[in-house]
Order: sequence, then C-alpha cells, then structure tokens
Amino acid sequence: MLLTITTDATTGHPATDLGFLLHKHPDRVLRFEQSFGTAHVFYPEATEERCTAALLLEVDPQALLRSRSSVSTPDFALAQYVNDRPYATSSLFTVALGKVLRTALRGRCDLRPDLAATPLPLVLRLQAVPCRAGAERARALFEPLGWAVDAEPVPLDPGLPGWGDSHYLSLTLTGTVLLSEALSHLYVLLPAMDGHKHYWVDETEIDKLLRAGGSEEGQGWLSGHPEREWITRRYLGRRERYVRTALDRLAEADDLVDSEGPDDPQVEEAAAVPPLDEREPSLADQRAGAVLSVLRAEEARSVIDLGCGPGRLLERLVADHTLERITGVDVSTVCLEHAHRRLCEGCDPGGRGRHRNVFTDTAQPRDGGRAPRPRPELLVGSVVYRDRRFEGYDAAVLMEVVEHLDPSRLPAMEEVVFGAARPRVVVVTTPNAEYNTHYEGLADGSLRHSDHRFEWTRAEFTAWTASVAEAHGYRVRHLPVGPEHPETGAPTQMGVFTR
Amino acid sequence: MSDAEKTPAAEPRVLGVPEMGLVVLVGVSGSGKSTFAARHFRPTQVISSDYCRGLVSDDENDQSASADAFALLHTILDIRLRRGLLTVVDATNVQKHVREQLVRVAKDNDVLCTAIVLDVPEALAVERNRERPDRDFGDHVIRRQRRDLRQSVKRLDREGFRRVHVLRGPEEIDAAVIELEKGWTDRRELTGPFDVVGDVHGCREELEELLTGLGYEISRDEHGRAAGARHPEGRTAVFVGDLVDRGPDSPGVLRLVMGMVGDGDALCVSGNHENKFVRVLKGAKARVTHGLEVTLAQMEAESDEFRRETLAFCDSLISHYVLDEGRLVVAHAGLKEEYHGRASGRVRAFALYGETTGESDEYGLPVRLPWARDYRGRAAVVYGHVPTVKAEWLNNTICLDTGCVFGGKLTALRYPERELVEVAAHKVWYEPTRPLPEDVRSGGGSDSGAERGPGDTVDITDVGVGDGDPGLSVATGHGTVRADSGSTLTALEVMSRFAVDPRWLLYLPPTMAPAPTSAEPGLLEHPREAFASFRGSGVGQVVCQEKHMGSRAVAVLCKDGAAAARRFVPGELGTLYTRTGRPFFTDPDVQAEVVDRLRRAVTDAGLWEKLGTDWIALDGEMLPWSAKARSLIREQYASVGAAARAALPAAAEALARAAERGLDVGGLADTVARREEQMEEFSRVYRRYSWDTDGASGLQYAPFMLLAAEGREYTDADHLWHMAVAEQLAEANGLVRSTRYLVVDTTDPAACDAAAGWWRDLVSAGGEGIVVKPVLGARATGRKGLAQPGLKVRGPEYLRIIYGADYTDPDRLAVLRDRGLGRKSGLAMREHKLGLEALARHARREPLWRVHEPVFAVLALESEPVDPRL
Repeated sequence: MLLTITTDATTGHPATDLGFLLHKHPDRVLRFEQSFGTAHVFYPEATEERCTAALLLEVDPQALLRSRSSVSTPDFALAQYVNDRPYATSSLFTVALGKVLRTALRGRCDLRPDLAATPLPLVLRLQAVPCRAGAERARALFEPLGWAVDAEPVPLDPGLPGWGDSHYLSLTLTGTVLLSEALSHLYVLLPAMDGHKHYWVDETEIDKLLRAGGSEEGQGWLSGHPEREWITRRYLGRRERYVRTALDRLAEADDLVDSEGPDDPQVEEAAAVPPLDEREPSLADQRAGAVLSVLRAEEARSVIDLGCGPGRLLERLVADHTLERITGVDVSTVCLEHAHRRLCEGCDPGGRGRHRNVFTDTAQPRDGGRAPRPRPELLVGSVVYRDRRFEGYDAAVLMEVVEHLDPSRLPAMEEVVFGAARPRVVVVTTPNAEYNTHYEGLADGSLRHSDHRFEWTRAEFTAWTASVAEAHGYRVRHLPVGPEHPETGAPTQMGVFTR
Repeated sequence: MSDAEKTPAAEPRVLGVPEMGLVVLVGVSGSGKSTFAARHFRPTQVISSDYCRGLVSDDENDQSASADAFALLHTILDIRLRRGLLTVVDATNVQKHVREQLVRVAKDNDVLCTAIVLDVPEALAVERNRERPDRDFGDHVIRRQRRDLRQSVKRLDREGFRRVHVLRGPEEIDAAVIELEKGWTDRRELTGPFDVVGDVHGCREELEELLTGLGYEISRDEHGRAAGARHPEGRTAVFVGDLVDRGPDSPGVLRLVMGMVGDGDALCVSGNHENKFVRVLKGAKARVTHGLEVTLAQMEAESDEFRRETLAFCDSLISHYVLDEGRLVVAHAGLKEEYHGRASGRVRAFALYGETTGESDEYGLPVRLPWARDYRGRAAVVYGHVPTVKAEWLNNTICLDTGCVFGGKLTALRYPERELVEVAAHKVWYEPTRPLPEDVRSGGGSDSGAERGPGDTVDITDVGVGDGDPGLSVATGHGTVRADSGSTLTALEVMSRFAVDPRWLLYLPPTMAPAPTSAEPGLLEHPREAFASFRGSGVGQVVCQEKHMGSRAVAVLCKDGAAAARRFVPGELGTLYTRTGRPFFTDPDVQAEVVDRLRRAVTDAGLWEKLGTDWIALDGEMLPWSAKARSLIREQYASVGAAARAALPAAAEALARAAERGLDVGGLADTVARREEQMEEFSRVYRRYSWDTDGASGLQYAPFMLLAAEGREYTDADHLWHMAVAEQLAEANGLVRSTRYLVVDTTDPAACDAAAGWWRDLVSAGGEGIVVKPVLGARATGRKGLAQPGLKVRGPEYLRIIYGADYTDPDRLAVLRDRGLGRKSGLAMREHKLGLEALARHARREPLWRVHEPVFAVLALESEPVDPRL
C-alpha cells in the first residue's frame, strides 16, 4: 500500500531534487487513476536536508472486480472481497510503481541528468511485503545489490497469541544506489518475493523482467545476481518454459552456461508444485520400465492403467507394440485432459494440434462409437467404485496409487480391482517408507507427497499384498524398483499379483 | 396348443392374449388385419408393416422399401417388448421366415407369442384389394399368400407361438373378442402380508415348528399328518421351492404345502429339486443323486394317488411370482430385474438354477454369477437355493436358504415387516458337499479388519458416471433432482479421494440460502425479510436459531460395535464428517476421542433408551471455527488483518506529516482512518471464532437436528423437539453446546419486531447471526409444496469477513444489494430434497447404492458455480 523513499542532501543537490528524479513536485499531492484503484504521490517531508516521497496505492475492490477478466486464479475468485491487496505490496503495487514512476525507473531525468546517474543515499520503507520465504530470503535478495536490509516479520494478530508471525515483512532498505536501480530492484523483487500475480503471466513478462533487470542492454544487475534463478522462476510464476527462455537470455547476456536440465513443461503447468518423489526424475522412468517389463514377462496383451494421472506410463505403454489394448483411468478429469494432450495428436475436428476438452465438455455429445477407438482409451473412473469397464483386461496397473487412498477405502479398491475386475495380472507399486531416510527432509517421518495418506514399509506392504492375494485367489511376488540399499531396500516397492 | 378349430357360429370366439407379449396377425392382404387390430387394440399397440414402409419411404406400398421397413418394425418391436408392452404386428406374416424373426425378438425379450390367423375366402380378399386404389398388385399375389398361409397354419404352434387362434371367415373374425390374460407369474394383486419360507428339503418337523412360530394353525388328516396350515390373520406363506430331497420327510412336506396351496393359504414356486423330481417321475433319464434318491425311497411308501397328486403339483409350479403391486418377487434361485414377470426358457432356468460362470469351484460346484451384487431393481427379490449361514439383505434381495437340511436353520421372512424368523435344524440330516461358508458376506480381507460384502461397494453407474457419463437423475419424494455430467465427475473425484466410507454417509447437509436482501440502511440481511419470505410462502410459525460459527459436522454415533457392523462399518463406533463427506478430523485419535465423548453424551442423556435405538446421526456445528479452519483463518483473514495493521498506521503517519506541511490530503487521511477502524472490526470477528483446542478439549459441538436413528429418520419432527434433544445432550456432557432459539409467528408484527431485536442483541454480542426455519421441521410445506428448510440472517459485523472489512461503505453496499439469490435458493431447495431422500432411503434400509445416490448428488450440486459468499 505504501512505499516511502527518503534521501538526504548530497553535494551540490538539495534533498528536494528527489522531486526532479521522480518527476513529481514535492509540494503537490498527485493522483494517478489505475484500473484497480488510485495511486497517490505526496511528500511527507521535503526540506533541503531531507526529502521523503510516498507512493500510496488505494485499491478499489470494485474496480478490481470489474477488471476480473484478467484475474483467473480460483483463489482470487473466492477472495474477491477479502484479500490483502489493498494493504500488501502485491503485484498491484508493482504495476502502479511501474506506471507512476516509469520515467524514474528508466533513469531518465533531463533536468538533473548528473543526479540520475549518481548513487544517492536512499532509505526505502515498505510495511507489508508478502514473503513466505522469510526475512532471510529478503536479505539474500537485496544485500547483493548493495542494500543494508532491515526485515522484520509482521506479527499475525495480537488477538491470536500463539499463532506466530504473518508472512509479511516490514522492510527497510538503506543504501547508496542509483534511484532508477533502486526502483527496478523493487519492481522485480517484490513480485518475486510474493510469488503471485493478479494477472495472467504470459511471454511478455520475460521482456519486462529482463528490461527491469537491466539485461536488455547487456550486463545488468539481474544477470549477475546470485539468486537470479530463484528470482526468475518466481517472477515468471513458475512457468517453466518462460523461465528457461529468460534464463537462457540472461545466460547469453552473461556468457554463462545454464546447467539445469529441463523439467517437463506439461507437468509443471498441470500442478503448481512438482511432487517430491519426482525430484529424482529417473525413478519415475525406472518405475514405468519395471512395470513394462513385468507386463511383457506376463505376456499381457491388454492393460488398464488405474490412476493413470497425466499419462506418463500410458506414453510408454503406447510405444510398446505388443499391447493390443490400452486404457487409462483416472478420477481427475484435469489429469486425464493432460494425459489426452500428451497422447493425442490433435483431436479437434480439423486437428491443427488443438484439443477438445474430452471429459468436461458436456455440451458436446459423445460420438456414437463411430470414430475409431482412440489409443489409448481414457476413462473417468475410480478404483473405489465397481466398474464393468475395468473387466476383460489381461493386466491392471496401480502405479503409485494405493498410497493416495485413505486406509479405510482400501478394502473397496481391493473389491473393485481384485474381486470384480479380476484381471489375470495386477501390478501395484508404492513408495518404500524405509527408503525415505535417504531423502533430504524426509528422515523425520514425513511423507513424499502431501496427498500420500500413508507410506508402507516393506513388511507392511508384504502383509497387505499377502492378505489381498489370499482373499482373492492370487499369487504375489515382490520386486524392488530403483537403486537398492542394503538396509532400507529400494525407493519403490512393487507387488505382482497373478492368478 | 391350438384352439379347437370348429366353434358354433353363434358363440363369439374369445381369444386369450397375454397382456405382456407379442401378437402376430397372420392373413393375406385384404383379410382385414388392420381393421381387426384397430377394433381390439390401442393404436400405439399396433405396428403395421405398411406404416413402417411409409415411414422409411413416404409410400406405404413401396415394396422396394420392405427390408428397411421390417428393420424398423423389428426395432420398434424390440424396444416395446423390452419395456414390457403388448405389441401387435400387423403384416401378412404368411411366410415362416418372417414369423421366425418376430418370434426371435420376442424370445430375446422373454415374452410369450400369440398368433391370430385371419382366414378369409380368397374371393373376398381379392375383392377388397380391388376396392383399394392404392393396392395395384395382381390377384396372383393373394393366391400366393393364401397358399403360404395354408402351409403355415398347421405348424404354427411349433414355431414358438404359445397360443394360436385361427379365425375362419368374416363372421367369426368380426365376432371374435380379445381377452387379455395376465401372465402366470403376475400376482401383483396379492398384497400379503406374506411369510416367505426358505428351502425346506424334506425337513417337515422344522417346517411345522416354523409355521407354528409364525402363527399358523396346522390342520391334520385322519392319520394325524399335517395337511394344511392357515394363519388366523390371513397371512399367506410363500415357499421358495426345494421342498423335497435330502431331508427325512419330503412326502410330509409336500402333503403340508400342497394342502396349504390348495386351500389358498400358500404359494409355491418351483425349485430345481422339484423340477428334477418331476422329470424323473415322468421317466426322463437323469442321475438320481443330490438327495433325490432319498425322496424316491420315501415316496415308495406313499399311495399311488398321492404320487399322482405330488407329480401334478410339482409339475404345476411356475418359475416365480411377482407379488404386492410388483414390490416383491419370489424365485427359487433369485431373478434379475429384466426377467421379472417374463416367461421364457431362460427365465425359468435362471429362476430355478441361477446363472453360473461355467467354472467350477474346488468342490466341483458351479461358480455363480453375482446377480444380486448387481441388482438395482425396486422390487425386493426373495430366494433360496444357495445355502448360507445367515440370511442377509443385499441390494434389496435376500437368500433364505440357511441350510436346514445340513444342520443349519429354516428361515422365514415376514413381509412387509421384513423380519426374519428362524428355527434351528433338529440335526444334520444330510452332509453337505461343501462346508457351509462362514458368512455370505465374507470377502476382501483388509488391515482395517472391516468385513465387506458385495453390496458394500457402489457401482460407478450408480453415480451417473460411465456409459457416456450421463449424470444423475435422482427421484426424490419431491420430484426428480438432476446433477449434470460435469458435476458428477467433479463429485466422483472428491468422493473417491477424500470422503469417508460411503456406508457412513447417510446424509450430506444441503447448502442454505440467505434471507432476501434487506432494504434497511447499512444492512444486507435482516430477519424481517426472512419472516416475510416464509409468510409469503404460507409458513406461519418459524423458529429462529442462533447460528454458531464453526464448521458443519455430521456425527454418526453407535451404541456398540454390533450397531456399527449392522448399519455402517464393522470395527468402528462412529464418525464425524464434514459437509463434503470428509473425515472431520485428520487425526484419527482426535476423531475417535470426540466420537467417544459424544457417544457418552448420548448414553448419559439416556437417548438410546428414549429413542429405542442403538445408533443416532446428528447434524450440527463444531466449534471453534479455528479447529478445522485454522489455516483458512490464517491465510484468508488474519493475514489480511496483519497486512492492514502494518500498512495503515504507516500510511496514516505519512499523511499526517504531509498535512502538517500544508498539503491537502484530508480525504485520503479520512479513508485511511476509516479503514483502520473497519479492519479492527474485521479482526474482532475471526478472533471471536478462534480459540485453542487440544484434542477434544476446547471443542464444542452444537447439534441442531437429530437426523436419524434405528428404524426411522426425524425430518418430520418439529424443531422444538430437535432443540429439546440437543438440550438433553448438552446437559449430559460439556462437549455438547445447546442452541438459543426463539419461536416467531410470522403473521404477528410485534413478534417479528421482538425477534429482530433478539437478533440484533445476538449479533452485537459477536454472534454470526440466526437461521430461520419453519417450526414444523425439515418436511414443512408451504403453499407451493416443500418450504425452504431455513434462511440464514447474518449479522452486519460478521459479513465483514464475507464481503470485506469495508463493505459497509455506502457505495460498496449499494453494489452488494444487487446480489442475486435465485440460484442459491434453487440450489438449496434441490439439495434439501436430496437430503430428505437420502435419509428416507437409509431409514427404509435400502441398499447402499440407493442411499449413496442422493448423497453423491448433493456433492455434485455443490460443485456447481454459485457465489460462495451467499
């Protein structure tokens, strides 16, 4: 809501020359209408010795609602009326900063060109800076840029003792810095600390970032910043494709080679946070490979992937030409849309690489079975509801699925898969909890994914598979997946049921 | 079976026609088939080949369109017969292969076929055709058709027609009368009450004991043998078959049952053992095993006459009965829905033997298809055939064969009471081939120790997913409620990933609409509008209940493990779940502790005894809000407060200093000052609903409705009764909090004003607001049927956390007054109907899938886009 910029007199220049640099007269109260409210600039103090400019943004929630077309995050729809935007230095504030102080941000000042090119003793104050990463992160961001940083966490609520601090920082930056750079630091780092934008992040954001980071005309503060990768990723709303483009361009400017391998952009866009157990990308591949080789060994001709998610395994199955029938089932239509996009080569009439929403588009009637059966077939279904469509396959795969079910729902899954569908082969994989000690941050017994309801030790898994096999007339064998450790076993455990 | 072909002309021929089935008219062109059909049947019952030809070619006489016309005719016929409609095919049907196709369609739909032959002199047919200008074919066509007809008539009854009526000459045709006959299996007019008896297998002593226990008075013949039994209250016994074989006295059982059936005191369907008995007595070659040898030996001692009678009796037994307006079906081995009331070889085979997979189990016995698991019919199906330890309902079906002859029990079902009456076998009369299963419901072991039966898992099609994902249409007591495909898919994900076991989910709370927007200055909601709304819809008396700000929680509490196992989930004692069906507490220990304390409250209040139940379900609010919503309060509310408290004073200070410099910042300073006050009010709201809890301690549960208990649901009880129940619980246990309330006559302005004052006091003291409900309870009706179950009236301060701290600014309020409530009210009403239906189905002990359907639909409707602030 509020930024104050304070400067002291320097040789040859009174402090009030700040008004020239900002292009805002110290004796006037200025209003700038924004699409989401009003920005005010005024000077709480303006003497020869010391001058403070204040940028105060008044957010009008009603105006914010009117311009809702640009707001697409669901939490925003819920929080239309109750949100921190009027008070925090959110992306709204950054946008206002960029507009109201545009000329200053670019470092142009025709009347005081020398001053614009001179580092000034500055104090910048911001009261509610959203920064979930904490004060330490704020210091890591600003200190390399020549700022002395005073970052105080804002208490959550004096009326709720014991609830701790909020995720806001009260931030004071002191340093002798070019005013234009000081503003560009805020322009880039405030949204990066926040991590949320009120508008849709598209490719033009890359240019905004690079321009503000001074990297358009070669060397700029961003390309040399030790945290530039973190900054870039956060500024670009974690859209990995953009992040890579931006990092590449930064690296070009800096003549550095980017070492990090690419993440899968589709998965990245599907879920905000990549699941923890996919940190080791090869484990997912090894798992799929292990499942595939079991299917081959069992001579399965038809496979149903129960809980196929965005279709990682399906992709491998489709490539295997020994399989005649492949079906993916998931309970999430969103996941299935991703699987569909991954596996289909343009399904819209006319193709052109566009896709129809296969599961959520109810306006479009289903084809009466005339179109050739897509390969693989994708179905919305659930392993806790009995389903005739699951019947008639040689093999069913439950890859990393059971741990997403509450233990109380497992018997229903067992009935549906082993009791009713009864394929000849059932392959189940699940994390091996014992192996978690090898993961950083999981040694304390935390689970690999926030949606995991449990993770089994090898003994627990074996007990479960044995009881299921016994109850439903299957034999079971166990196989490790991933690097085996002599004490804790492999990261993934696999049970192969046959009958 | 063709009728006598010569009948006196004076007597009109009466042609019997099954009321469900196919009637094939056979006659040459010009024999008067269409006239005959129009005289005796409704226009919609008759499909003529001419009409179909017209439909596919615009020309009823276009012979080149015949193939398509018959394809259409067969399609219509198939659909009508599937739906059980009497259908008459009006075509010449003089050729055998044409009739064969029709008969095949009828067989596929398991209905009977009747042929009616209209045989007119050739000259008459020729003359009639000449009179019709559109019939331009030559006389030779008629001659050929007549030749075909002549060849056909004699052998018609071997083509699969159950009945063949041949009418000769125009007089006989004109005089004939059609009489619709009910199917043999159709005894829907019999409404009982019934006592359905399981497989007796010659256990006469146990049968006599059972009948006596059921209240029948047994009559005896001159030798003192039981030869009949009558219930003084006119109840009818229904035997599921397998009276004979294996047991000690099959002739005695037959004598008794034959007597009862003969006297109209009993019905009996055929079992597979009667079927084989008949075949053997008739001299068919069959292996005399499975206890038949015992029966045949016993029959040796009986008289020839008795043997003749028993043969005639067993031979007369039919495959199944449809009773009680179609609500009860009795068949020996059960019957799937599409076979109810149908007649065909495979229906009889299913009814007598059941359907098997073709595989055999380890004892060499056939593996049976789980038809009952997939049964979704509305009629209760009572059967026997497969011995089990205990008779249990599964999807509205029940097997009564409890293996009496193997030393088990002889079981009867009292219907409609649905009570089981058992008699223990006097001894093991016959050693079973396979040991009796421990429990029919056994299956799927699990670490939770919960036993699962085949009916404990819902089918995907029961929730409107699969088969093209049609969505759900739920028939409720107040009309059909629909949830479209998109919303059911969303609900499937929530239900599958997060909800408790569906067996616990007997109800999900419907959403509640706010009262119409108030015109009162500075207010969005005021009780006056709620009162006016109810008054307008014809509801006089309402109750205003204090609205607790917490999280909605449905509590299902069982007195003991037996109650939980019987009605919900074995191995547990109760549950608490949220309005979307999730476990209320993520920590199972806390969940168990709260369930335990609430169960104690019920015990201490003596409610188990007062209500005559061993389980109850409560709807209520769990306090504090922070117990469940801590992260929401933190992220959505307290954080906003924190940001405001950090930013606003700094802004105020900067503005004050600017003002000191003489700058004009007055308006801005005022706004900032007002925001500071509003944010303080805003923070006060959520602080009030946040306090520390540790496990169950610190929690308060405020129930406002007793949803259901054993044998009944309480949506018909008035809210004063519900409040009294809540008070009893609150007195019994500190965890339970009672609810303040006030009864208001909406037609009394003074009472309405007083209630408005009461509301004002509540909300000024920090209350969220009130809920106004018709005092008569959830099923209260107004002028237009079912009334809204409640309207919420929230306090102006509370609404700050809904609409923002500054919503009271006049310009903001003006915009908010335009909020549309229609969608929300409509949704609340639809969900209310589903909620009532779910409870009603659960109380009627309907199968799990039936209870789950409306519950699932509530969740689906909740995924529809509606302003979440309403």
